[in-house]
Amino acid sequence: MEKKPFNDISYEAFLREEKLMGSKCRSCGELFVPPRPICVKCGASEMEWVEMKGVGKLSAFTCIAVGPPFMKQEGYTRDHPYCTGVIQLDEGPRVTARIEDVDTKKPEEIKVGAAMKVKYLHRGEGDRGATFLAFKPV
Amino acid sequence: MKRPRKLGRGVALVGVGMSKFGMFRDRDSKDLFAEAFRNMIASVDKGADPQDIDALYVGNFSNDFFIHQAHWGPIVSDLIGHVPKPATRTEGACASSALALREGIFAIASGFYDMVLVGGVEEMSKRSTEEVAEGLALATAPYEGRAAFTFPGVFGAVATAYFDRYGASREHLMNVTIKSHNNAALNPRAQIKATIRSMMESKRRRASEKGLPEPTWQDEKEFLRDQDANPVVAWPMHLFDCCPISDGASCALLVGEELARRFTDAPLYVVGMGQGSGSGFHAADDLTTFQATKYAAEEAYSMSGLKPEDVQFSEVHDCFSIAELIHMEDLGFFKPGQAYKAVEEGATRRDGSKPINTSGGLKCKGHPVGATGVAQLMEVWEQLRGEAGERQLPIKGLRIGAAHNLGGTGGTCTFTIFERR
Ligand SMILES: [Zn+2]
Repeated sequence: MEKKPFNDISYEAFLREEKLMGSKCRSCGELFVPPRPICVKCGASEMEWVEMKGVGKLSAFTCIAVGPPFMKQEGYTRDHPYCTGVIQLDEGPRVTARIEDVDTKKPEEIKVGAAMKVKYLHRGEGDRGATFLAFKPV
Repeated sequence: MKRPRKLGRGVALVGVGMSKFGMFRDRDSKDLFAEAFRNMIASVDKGADPQDIDALYVGNFSNDFFIHQAHWGPIVSDLIGHVPKPATRTEGACASSALALREGIFAIASGFYDMVLVGGVEEMSKRSTEEVAEGLALATAPYEGRAAFTFPGVFGAVATAYFDRYGASREHLMNVTIKSHNNAALNPRAQIKATIRSMMESKRRRASEKGLPEPTWQDEKEFLRDQDANPVVAWPMHLFDCCPISDGASCALLVGEELARRFTDAPLYVVGMGQGSGSGFHAADDLTTFQATKYAAEEAYSMSGLKPEDVQFSEVHDCFSIAELIHMEDLGFFKPGQAYKAVEEGATRRDGSKPINTSGGLKCKGHPVGATGVAQLMEVWEQLRGEAGERQLPIKGLRIGAAHNLGGTGGTCTFTIFERR
């Protein structure tokens, strides 16, 4: 694990293993999720991997009725919107994630500030497979 | 920012032109740019010889994706008979042509060139709505695209954060939309040249012609609350919160300040300009602000010595209704959390204390993304020169106008202040 570069490929490889990982600056301790190779707080480049607990709060969200073609393929349409949003992790950083297990036809009932926990969406298989970060209400 | 910015040589705007904005099956980027170019040349009061143009900067976000053709600098250069002189494409998502404007200003301010053409073009409507959503989403920050955010989705999420923090609601966004339409109805160049009320009337008429029951909306807000008339795109963004899909082009002519009066007795001078960059919107400390706009504004204000209250009117990048509120706060026109109240009180109408998007904004004028930054200058040009017709601001001594352009999810923002002397 120590050898993985602090980049998006590693981040997504960890997601496939159902791990939400960030990088922590060895110099000043600042935490970044997704990982960064350079600390934008102190400028140092020595990082270490840290696993997140996978819990946080909903900071912002939207229920999308007109999505891109890849979401249409997942079955999301004007009559069946999907929710996506921003989660503030308990550890501090904010991440974007799909929001699952909410009623996207009643967005008024989804509340900013709601407690959320991680869920991993595995799509496709083999080399074409990918895992998307999602959160759902606790 | 260590010291106030300044230009090594003053730069003046002596002509501006736009093509029609709309969804055109039978028109392409070249013919749209040609229209903008002809209109720009015609706008130069004392005439300008295109042969005198030293260089061209053209903004284009993603014709690569939309029509599978890249490398727009030489294409536009060839189109207007500018070859073999230099042509450069700039890309900053929806702020692409604001970057062209800035490059043109730098090129003249440095003394390298005397006359520069800047512009932009985008041809979006030949793709489906879903494909346009996908194409525009190329300009989100990487993780936003992975989470299936579309642009309406990003601004929908920003709206939920703004609502939660400041107590605003969809009803307040409707005030922005109604105002944009009222202005656009007076703008012959607007893609959607109609008030909400006139759109309600035509829908009633169509229903009655078809023998269907006539809708009974009491006012604009009741129409905008109607899920059939105003369907959700990315909650809480509904159709009427979003700018349309547009094809179009824009261009403007810049010259060294000391040359300006050869071309017109009413040039506009660049007195303040700024540009900022931002992380993805989700990574910002505050989800109700774009730090790139704040930085751009700070540069422009310190360069000009002007304060937000000195800017008499402004075009701001209202790709979505919520965006107009956020930008007005980031530009210092209103305090954080106050813009929605100011709009409700009418402050941003043409007869208000801070008229915003008198053109109808991106919402109604149209938003061919790469063309927008320079197209915003059209309104500043007409208002400051007293040529805005029925939209003309009733302000005595109108002198200072500005344009704010945003690219991506706040990744690239510019703010440029012009003065009529
Ligand atoms: Zn550090």
